[in-house]
Amino acid sequence: MEDSNLFDIKIVTPERLFYEGKASMVEFNTTEGELGILKNHIPLTVIIEPGVLTITGEEQPKNAALHAGFAVIEPDCVTIMAEIIEWPTEIDASRAEESMKRAQERIAAKSPDTDLDRASVALKKAICRLNSIK
Amino acid sequence: MASMRDIKRRRESVSSTQQITKAMKLVSTVKLQRAKTRALKSKTYFQSMYNTVTHLLAKSGTIDVPYIKEQECKRKAILTITSNRGLAGGYNSNVVKLITKSNFDKEDIDIYNIGRKGRELLERKGYNIKADYSELADGFCYADAIKVCNALLREFDEGNIGEIYIAYTNFKNTVSQEAILLKLLPVIPEDFVKDEDGDGTPDDLLMMNFEIPDDEALRLIVPKYVTSLIYGALVEAVASENGARMQAMDSATNNAEEMIGRLTLQYNRARQGSITQELTEIIAGAEAIS
Repeated sequence: MEDSNLFDIKIVTPERLFYEGKASMVEFNTTEGELGILKNHIPLTVIIEPGVLTITGEEQPKNAALHAGFAVIEPDCVTIMAEIIEWPTEIDASRAEESMKRAQERIAAKSPDTDLDRASVALKKAICRLNSIK
Repeated sequence: MASMRDIKRRRESVSSTQQITKAMKLVSTVKLQRAKTRALKSKTYFQSMYNTVTHLLAKSGTIDVPYIKEQECKRKAILTITSNRGLAGGYNSNVVKLITKSNFDKEDIDIYNIGRKGRELLERKGYNIKADYSELADGFCYADAIKVCNALLREFDEGNIGEIYIAYTNFKNTVSQEAILLKLLPVIPEDFVKDEDGDGTPDDLLMMNFEIPDDEALRLIVPKYVTSLIYGALVEAVASENGARMQAMDSATNNAEEMIGRLTLQYNRARQGSITQELTEIIAGAEAIS
Protein backbone atom coordinates (compact mmCIF):
# COMPACT_ATOMS: atom_id res chain seq x y z
CA MET A 1 0.00 0.00 0.00
CA GLU A 2 1.31 3.36 -0.95
CA ASP A 3 0.22 5.46 1.97
CA SER A 4 1.13 2.92 4.63
CA ASN A 5 3.72 5.36 5.96
CA LEU A 6 1.08 7.89 6.92
CA PHE A 7 -0.05 8.48 10.47
CA ASP A 8 -2.54 10.77 12.19
CA ILE A 9 -1.43 14.09 13.49
CA LYS A 10 -3.49 16.26 15.76
CA ILE A 11 -2.45 19.65 17.04
CA VAL A 12 -4.62 21.01 19.82
CA THR A 13 -4.38 24.32 21.61
CA PRO A 14 -6.47 25.38 24.58
CA GLU A 15 -8.46 27.65 22.29
CA ARG A 16 -9.01 25.56 19.19
CA LEU A 17 -8.19 22.45 17.21
CA PHE A 18 -5.27 23.82 15.25
CA TYR A 19 -4.71 21.06 12.75
CA GLU A 20 -5.85 17.53 12.13
CA GLY A 21 -4.72 15.33 9.29
CA LYS A 22 -2.35 12.70 7.95
CA ALA A 23 1.40 13.06 7.73
CA SER A 24 4.40 10.95 6.78
CA MET A 25 6.81 12.96 8.89
CA VAL A 26 6.62 15.59 11.59
CA GLU A 27 9.61 17.64 12.73
CA PHE A 28 9.93 20.01 15.67
CA ASN A 29 12.26 21.13 18.44
CA THR A 30 12.27 19.53 21.86
CA THR A 31 14.23 20.22 25.03
CA GLU A 32 16.72 17.57 23.89
CA GLY A 33 17.14 18.80 20.34
CA GLU A 34 15.43 18.46 17.01
CA LEU A 35 13.14 15.53 16.49
CA GLY A 36 11.70 14.01 13.35
CA ILE A 37 8.94 11.46 13.77
CA LEU A 38 7.94 8.75 11.31
CA LYS A 39 5.23 6.13 11.61
CA ASN A 40 5.58 3.46 14.29
CA HIS A 41 7.61 5.56 16.65
CA ILE A 42 7.79 4.17 20.18
CA PRO A 43 5.40 5.84 22.63
CA LEU A 44 7.15 8.96 23.84
CA THR A 45 6.25 12.21 25.52
CA VAL A 46 8.48 15.18 24.80
CA ILE A 47 8.56 18.79 25.94
CA ILE A 48 8.59 21.35 23.14
CA GLU A 49 11.10 24.16 22.73
CA PRO A 50 10.40 27.13 20.46
CA GLY A 51 11.05 26.12 16.87
CA VAL A 52 9.60 25.51 13.46
CA LEU A 53 7.12 22.67 13.11
CA THR A 54 7.12 20.96 9.74
CA ILE A 55 4.42 18.56 8.67
CA THR A 56 5.27 16.52 5.59
CA GLY A 57 2.25 14.77 4.26
CA GLU A 58 0.16 14.15 1.19
CA GLU A 59 0.22 17.79 0.19
CA GLN A 60 2.83 20.51 0.28
CA PRO A 61 4.92 20.46 3.50
CA LYS A 62 3.39 22.76 6.07
CA ASN A 63 5.28 25.05 8.42
CA ALA A 64 4.14 26.58 11.67
CA ALA A 65 5.80 28.45 14.52
CA LEU A 66 5.52 26.29 17.61
CA HIS A 67 6.46 28.03 20.86
CA ALA A 68 5.51 25.98 23.85
CA GLY A 69 3.76 22.83 24.91
CA PHE A 70 4.44 19.13 24.73
CA ALA A 71 3.81 16.27 22.38
CA VAL A 72 2.47 12.79 22.98
CA ILE A 73 3.77 10.37 20.38
CA GLU A 74 2.13 7.02 19.76
CA PRO A 75 2.91 4.56 16.93
CA ASP A 76 0.02 5.67 14.72
CA CYS A 77 -0.82 9.04 16.14
CA VAL A 78 0.98 12.18 17.25
CA THR A 79 -0.81 14.66 19.48
CA ILE A 80 0.84 18.01 19.95
CA MET A 81 -0.46 19.94 22.91
CA ALA A 82 0.60 23.40 21.87
CA GLU A 83 0.19 26.27 24.27
CA ILE A 84 1.18 28.74 21.58
CA ILE A 85 1.32 27.95 17.87
CA GLU A 86 0.87 30.07 14.74
CA TRP A 87 0.62 29.54 10.99
CA PRO A 88 3.06 31.67 9.00
CA THR A 89 0.11 33.69 7.68
CA GLU A 90 -0.74 34.75 11.21
CA ILE A 91 2.72 36.16 11.87
CA ASP A 92 3.59 39.82 11.51
CA ALA A 93 7.16 39.78 10.15
CA SER A 94 8.05 43.35 11.07
CA ARG A 95 6.81 42.87 14.62
CA ALA A 96 8.82 39.67 15.00
CA GLU A 97 11.95 41.40 13.73
CA GLU A 98 11.43 44.27 16.12
CA SER A 99 11.00 42.01 19.09
CA MET A 100 14.12 40.08 18.06
CA LYS A 101 16.14 43.30 18.07
CA ARG A 102 14.70 44.34 21.40
CA ALA A 103 15.55 40.98 22.96
CA GLN A 104 19.07 41.06 21.56
CA GLU A 105 19.60 44.53 22.97
CA ARG A 106 18.30 43.46 26.34
CA ILE A 107 20.69 40.51 26.41
CA ALA A 108 23.62 42.61 25.19
CA ALA A 109 23.01 45.38 27.71
CA LYS A 110 23.30 42.92 30.62
CA SER A 111 22.14 45.32 33.28
CA PRO A 112 21.64 43.57 36.61
CA ASP A 113 17.86 43.96 36.56
CA THR A 114 17.45 42.32 33.16
CA ASP A 115 15.45 39.16 33.29
CA LEU A 116 17.81 37.07 31.17
CA ASP A 117 15.50 34.07 30.98
CA ARG A 118 12.65 36.16 29.70
CA ALA A 119 14.80 37.94 27.16
CA SER A 120 16.21 34.71 25.81
CA VAL A 121 12.76 33.16 25.54
CA ALA A 122 11.58 36.25 23.66
CA LEU A 123 14.58 36.00 21.36
CA LYS A 124 13.94 32.33 20.69
CA LYS A 125 10.31 33.02 19.91
CA ALA A 126 11.17 35.83 17.52
CA ILE A 127 13.77 33.74 15.69
CA CYS A 128 11.33 30.87 15.43
CA ARG A 129 8.64 33.14 14.03
CA LEU A 130 11.01 34.52 11.42
CA ASN A 131 12.28 31.07 10.46
CA SER A 132 8.80 29.77 9.91
CA ILE A 133 8.01 32.55 7.43
CA LYS A 134 11.03 31.82 5.27
CA MET B 1 -55.57 54.43 48.32
CA ALA B 2 -52.78 55.71 46.10
CA SER B 3 -53.82 58.23 43.50
CA MET B 4 -54.21 57.28 39.87
CA ARG B 5 -51.21 59.35 38.91
CA ASP B 6 -48.93 57.64 41.45
CA ILE B 7 -49.94 54.19 40.31
CA LYS B 8 -49.44 55.09 36.67
CA ARG B 9 -46.01 56.50 37.35
CA ARG B 10 -45.01 53.42 39.30
CA ARG B 11 -46.23 51.14 36.53
CA GLU B 12 -44.17 53.00 33.96
CA SER B 13 -41.08 52.77 36.11
CA VAL B 14 -41.50 49.03 36.58
CA SER B 15 -42.02 48.46 32.89
CA SER B 16 -38.86 50.36 31.94
CA THR B 17 -36.94 48.26 34.47
CA GLN B 18 -38.43 45.21 32.85
CA GLN B 19 -37.11 46.34 29.48
CA ILE B 20 -33.62 46.54 30.93
CA THR B 21 -33.74 43.13 32.58
CA LYS B 22 -35.14 41.62 29.41
CA ALA B 23 -32.30 43.07 27.36
CA MET B 24 -29.73 41.89 29.89
CA LYS B 25 -31.18 38.43 29.75
CA LEU B 26 -30.83 38.34 25.98
CA VAL B 27 -27.28 39.60 26.13
CA SER B 28 -26.23 36.98 28.64
CA THR B 29 -27.96 34.26 26.62
CA VAL B 30 -25.78 35.12 23.65
CA LYS B 31 -22.67 35.37 25.80
CA LEU B 32 -23.48 32.05 27.39
CA GLN B 33 -23.69 30.40 23.98
CA ARG B 34 -20.29 31.82 23.08
CA ALA B 35 -18.75 30.70 26.36
CA LYS B 36 -20.18 27.21 25.90
CA THR B 37 -18.68 26.90 22.41
CA ARG B 38 -15.36 28.05 23.76
CA ALA B 39 -15.46 25.48 26.54
CA LEU B 40 -16.26 22.78 24.02
CA LYS B 41 -13.33 23.75 21.79
CA SER B 42 -10.82 23.48 24.60
CA LYS B 43 -12.11 20.16 25.86
CA THR B 44 -9.76 17.97 23.78
CA TYR B 45 -6.78 19.83 25.13
CA PHE B 46 -7.74 19.24 28.74
CA GLN B 47 -8.56 15.61 28.17
CA SER B 48 -5.12 14.93 26.70
CA MET B 49 -3.50 17.05 29.37
CA TYR B 50 -5.25 15.11 32.09
CA ASN B 51 -4.24 11.78 30.54
CA THR B 52 -0.60 12.77 30.28
CA VAL B 53 -0.43 13.99 33.83
CA THR B 54 -2.09 10.82 35.05
CA HIS B 55 0.43 8.73 33.13
CA LEU B 56 3.23 10.71 34.59
CA LEU B 57 1.98 10.58 38.16
CA ALA B 58 1.17 6.90 38.01
CA LYS B 59 4.86 6.10 37.90
CA SER B 60 6.09 8.98 39.99
CA GLY B 61 6.12 7.17 43.33
CA THR B 62 9.73 7.80 44.19
CA ILE B 63 10.33 11.11 42.46
CA ASP B 64 11.23 14.03 44.64
CA VAL B 65 9.65 17.12 43.12
CA PRO B 66 8.07 19.78 45.36
CA TYR B 67 4.96 19.93 43.18
CA ILE B 68 3.77 16.53 44.32
CA LYS B 69 4.77 16.67 48.00
CA GLU B 70 2.95 18.18 50.93
CA GLN B 71 4.73 21.38 51.88
CA GLU B 72 5.71 22.54 55.33
CA CYS B 73 4.67 26.11 54.68
CA LYS B 74 1.22 26.76 56.12
CA ARG B 75 0.38 29.74 53.89
CA LYS B 76 -2.23 29.17 51.26
CA ALA B 77 -2.95 31.04 48.08
CA ILE B 78 -6.50 31.08 46.80
CA LEU B 79 -7.24 32.20 43.28
CA THR B 80 -10.82 33.43 43.34
CA ILE B 81 -12.76 33.94 40.16
CA THR B 82 -15.82 36.15 40.30
CA SER B 83 -17.30 38.72 37.94
CA ASN B 84 -16.72 42.41 37.43
CA ARG B 85 -20.41 43.13 37.29
CA GLY B 86 -23.22 42.30 39.64
CA LEU B 87 -26.85 41.42 38.91
CA ALA B 88 -25.99 37.76 38.56
CA GLY B 89 -27.97 36.31 41.45
CA GLY B 90 -25.84 34.50 43.99
CA TYR B 91 -22.94 33.98 41.61
CA ASN B 92 -20.39 36.18 43.37
CA SER B 93 -21.47 35.68 46.94
CA ASN B 94 -21.45 31.89 46.57
CA VAL B 95 -17.75 31.91 45.68
CA VAL B 96 -16.94 34.26 48.54
CA LYS B 97 -19.01 32.19 50.97
CA LEU B 98 -16.94 29.17 49.98
CA ILE B 99 -13.82 30.91 51.27
CA THR B 100 -15.32 32.42 54.41
CA LYS B 101 -16.96 29.13 55.38
CA SER B 102 -13.85 27.04 54.72
CA ASN B 103 -11.90 26.13 57.83
CA PHE B 104 -8.76 27.96 56.72
CA ASP B 105 -7.35 30.59 59.04
CA LYS B 106 -7.93 34.07 57.65
CA GLU B 107 -4.36 35.07 58.52
CA ASP B 108 -2.90 32.25 56.45
CA ILE B 109 -4.61 33.13 53.21
CA ASP B 110 -3.36 35.19 50.30
CA ILE B 111 -6.08 36.01 47.81
CA TYR B 112 -5.20 36.21 44.14
CA ASN B 113 -8.27 37.86 42.82
CA ILE B 114 -10.04 37.91 39.48
CA GLY B 115 -13.28 39.89 39.43
CA ARG B 116 -14.11 43.19 41.10
CA LYS B 117 -17.21 41.99 42.93
CA GLY B 118 -15.39 39.25 44.76
CA ARG B 119 -12.65 41.66 45.69
CA GLU B 120 -15.10 44.11 47.24
CA LEU B 121 -16.71 41.40 49.33
CA LEU B 122 -13.45 39.83 50.47
CA GLU B 123 -11.81 43.15 51.27
CA ARG B 124 -14.72 44.09 53.48
CA LYS B 125 -14.31 40.83 55.36
CA GLY B 126 -10.65 41.60 55.97
CA TYR B 127 -8.89 39.14 53.69
CA ASN B 128 -5.45 39.89 52.34
CA ILE B 129 -5.66 40.58 48.60
CA LYS B 130 -2.19 39.84 47.28
CA ALA B 131 -2.78 40.45 43.61
CA ASP B 132 -5.63 41.49 41.41
CA TYR B 133 -6.24 40.46 37.82
CA SER B 134 -9.80 41.72 37.55
CA GLU B 135 -9.42 42.78 33.93
CA LEU B 136 -9.37 39.08 33.02
CA ALA B 137 -13.01 38.67 33.99
CA ASP B 138 -13.98 40.74 30.95
CA GLY B 139 -11.87 38.89 28.42
CA PHE B 140 -8.86 36.63 28.53
CA CYS B 141 -6.70 34.40 26.38
CA TYR B 142 -4.42 31.51 27.23
CA ALA B 143 -1.41 33.80 27.67
CA ASP B 144 -3.22 35.47 30.57
CA ALA B 145 -3.66 32.14 32.31
CA ILE B 146 0.07 31.52 31.85
CA LYS B 147 0.83 34.88 33.45
CA VAL B 148 -1.32 34.20 36.51
CA CYS B 149 0.04 30.70 36.83
CA ASN B 150 3.65 31.88 36.69
CA ALA B 151 3.02 34.43 39.42
CA LEU B 152 1.56 31.70 41.64
CA LEU B 153 4.29 29.18 40.88
CA ARG B 154 7.03 31.69 41.65
CA GLU B 155 5.64 32.14 45.14
CA PHE B 156 5.33 28.38 45.50
CA ASP B 157 8.90 27.76 44.32
CA GLU B 158 10.27 30.33 46.74
CA GLY B 159 8.44 28.61 49.56
CA ASN B 160 6.23 31.58 50.41
CA ILE B 161 3.12 29.51 50.00
CA GLY B 162 2.60 25.81 50.58
CA GLU B 163 -0.72 25.21 48.88
CA ILE B 164 -2.57 26.71 45.98
CA TYR B 165 -6.35 26.57 45.70
CA ILE B 166 -8.75 27.89 43.17
CA ALA B 167 -12.30 29.00 43.99
CA TYR B 168 -14.57 29.29 40.98
CA THR B 169 -18.02 28.38 39.76
CA ASN B 170 -18.36 25.11 37.94
CA PHE B 171 -20.77 25.13 35.04
CA LYS B 172 -22.97 22.05 35.31
CA ASN B 173 -25.66 23.16 32.90
CA THR B 174 -27.56 26.30 31.99
CA VAL B 175 -29.71 26.23 35.08
CA SER B 176 -27.28 24.93 37.65
CA GLN B 177 -23.89 26.24 38.60
CA GLU B 178 -21.90 25.22 41.61
CA ALA B 179 -19.17 27.11 43.42
CA ILE B 180 -16.21 24.84 44.16
CA LEU B 181 -12.87 25.08 45.89
CA LEU B 182 -10.21 23.00 44.16
CA LYS B 183 -6.66 22.26 45.21
CA LEU B 184 -4.19 22.97 42.42
CA LEU B 185 -0.88 22.34 44.12
CA PRO B 186 0.67 20.22 45.43
CA VAL B 187 -0.74 17.48 43.24
CA ILE B 188 -0.95 14.34 45.34
CA PRO B 189 -0.46 11.29 43.12
CA GLU B 190 -2.62 9.06 45.34
CA ASP B 191 -5.69 11.18 44.60
CA PHE B 192 -5.14 10.66 40.92
CA VAL B 193 -4.69 6.93 41.08
CA LYS B 194 -7.97 6.68 42.96
CA ASP B 195 -9.74 8.58 40.19
CA GLU B 196 -8.41 6.17 37.62
CA ASP B 197 -9.91 3.12 39.31
CA GLY B 198 -12.28 1.22 37.11
CA ASP B 199 -12.06 3.13 33.86
CA GLY B 200 -8.28 3.44 33.78
CA THR B 201 -6.19 1.77 31.12
CA PRO B 202 -3.14 0.39 32.89
CA ASP B 203 -1.61 -1.02 29.68
CA ASP B 204 -1.24 2.46 28.27
CA LEU B 205 0.23 3.66 31.50
CA LEU B 206 3.13 1.27 31.35
CA MET B 207 3.94 1.92 27.74
CA MET B 208 4.54 5.65 27.74
CA ASN B 209 8.17 6.80 27.81
CA PHE B 210 9.55 10.24 28.46
CA GLU B 211 12.38 11.76 26.52
CA ILE B 212 13.75 13.45 29.60
CA PRO B 213 14.06 12.05 33.13
CA ASP B 214 10.74 11.71 34.95
CA ASP B 215 11.44 14.31 37.59
CA GLU B 216 12.32 16.91 34.99
CA ALA B 217 9.25 16.00 32.97
CA LEU B 218 7.14 16.50 36.08
CA ARG B 219 8.77 19.82 36.78
CA LEU B 220 7.91 20.99 33.27
CA ILE B 221 4.51 19.44 32.79
CA VAL B 222 2.90 20.17 36.14
CA PRO B 223 3.04 23.96 35.56
CA LYS B 224 1.41 23.42 32.18
CA TYR B 225 -1.21 21.29 33.87
CA VAL B 226 -1.90 23.97 36.47
CA THR B 227 -2.12 26.61 33.74
CA SER B 228 -4.64 24.52 31.86
CA LEU B 229 -6.69 24.11 35.04
CA ILE B 230 -6.69 27.85 35.59
CA TYR B 231 -7.71 28.46 32.00
CA GLY B 232 -10.42 25.83 32.26
CA ALA B 233 -11.72 27.40 35.45
CA LEU B 234 -11.83 30.81 33.76
CA VAL B 235 -13.79 29.41 30.84
CA GLU B 236 -16.24 27.67 33.17
CA ALA B 237 -16.56 30.74 35.36
CA VAL B 238 -17.47 32.94 32.41
CA ALA B 239 -20.10 30.43 31.30
CA SER B 240 -21.45 30.21 34.85
CA GLU B 241 -21.53 33.98 35.24
CA ASN B 242 -23.67 34.36 32.17
CA GLY B 243 -25.84 31.40 33.10
CA ALA B 244 -26.42 32.86 36.55
CA ARG B 245 -27.15 36.29 35.15
CA MET B 246 -29.51 34.86 32.59
CA GLN B 247 -31.50 33.13 35.31
CA ALA B 248 -31.49 36.14 37.61
CA MET B 249 -32.66 38.41 34.83
CA ASP B 250 -35.28 35.93 33.73
CA SER B 251 -36.87 35.85 37.16
CA ALA B 252 -36.55 39.64 37.43
CA THR B 253 -38.43 39.99 34.16
CA ASN B 254 -41.12 37.62 35.39
CA ASN B 255 -41.46 39.49 38.66
CA ALA B 256 -41.79 42.77 36.79
CA GLU B 257 -44.50 41.23 34.63
CA GLU B 258 -46.42 40.16 37.70
CA MET B 259 -46.01 43.57 39.29
CA ILE B 260 -47.22 45.35 36.18
CA GLY B 261 -50.30 43.14 36.16
CA ARG B 262 -51.06 44.00 39.76
CA LEU B 263 -50.48 47.70 39.23
CA THR B 264 -52.71 47.73 36.16
CA LEU B 265 -55.49 46.16 38.19
CA GLN B 266 -55.02 48.74 40.93
CA TYR B 267 -54.97 51.54 38.40
CA ASN B 268 -58.19 50.41 36.76
CA ARG B 269 -59.86 50.08 40.12
CA ALA B 270 -58.77 53.56 41.08
CA ARG B 271 -60.03 54.93 37.75
CA GLN B 272 -63.39 53.23 38.20
CA GLY B 273 -63.56 54.50 41.76
CA SER B 274 -62.96 58.05 40.68
CA ILE B 275 -65.59 57.85 37.94
CA THR B 276 -68.15 56.42 40.35
CA GLN B 277 -67.32 59.13 42.83
CA GLU B 278 -67.74 61.86 40.19
CA LEU B 279 -71.10 60.42 39.14
CA THR B 280 -72.31 60.25 42.72
CA GLU B 281 -71.27 63.84 43.21
CA ILE B 282 -73.11 65.00 40.08
CA ILE B 283 -76.27 63.10 40.98
CA ALA B 284 -76.11 64.37 44.53
CA GLY B 285 -75.67 67.93 43.20
CA ALA B 286 -78.61 67.56 40.78
CA GLU B 287 -80.82 66.19 43.51
CA ALA B 288 -79.92 69.07 45.82
CA ILE B 289 -80.98 71.61 43.18
CA SER B 290 -84.33 69.98 42.32
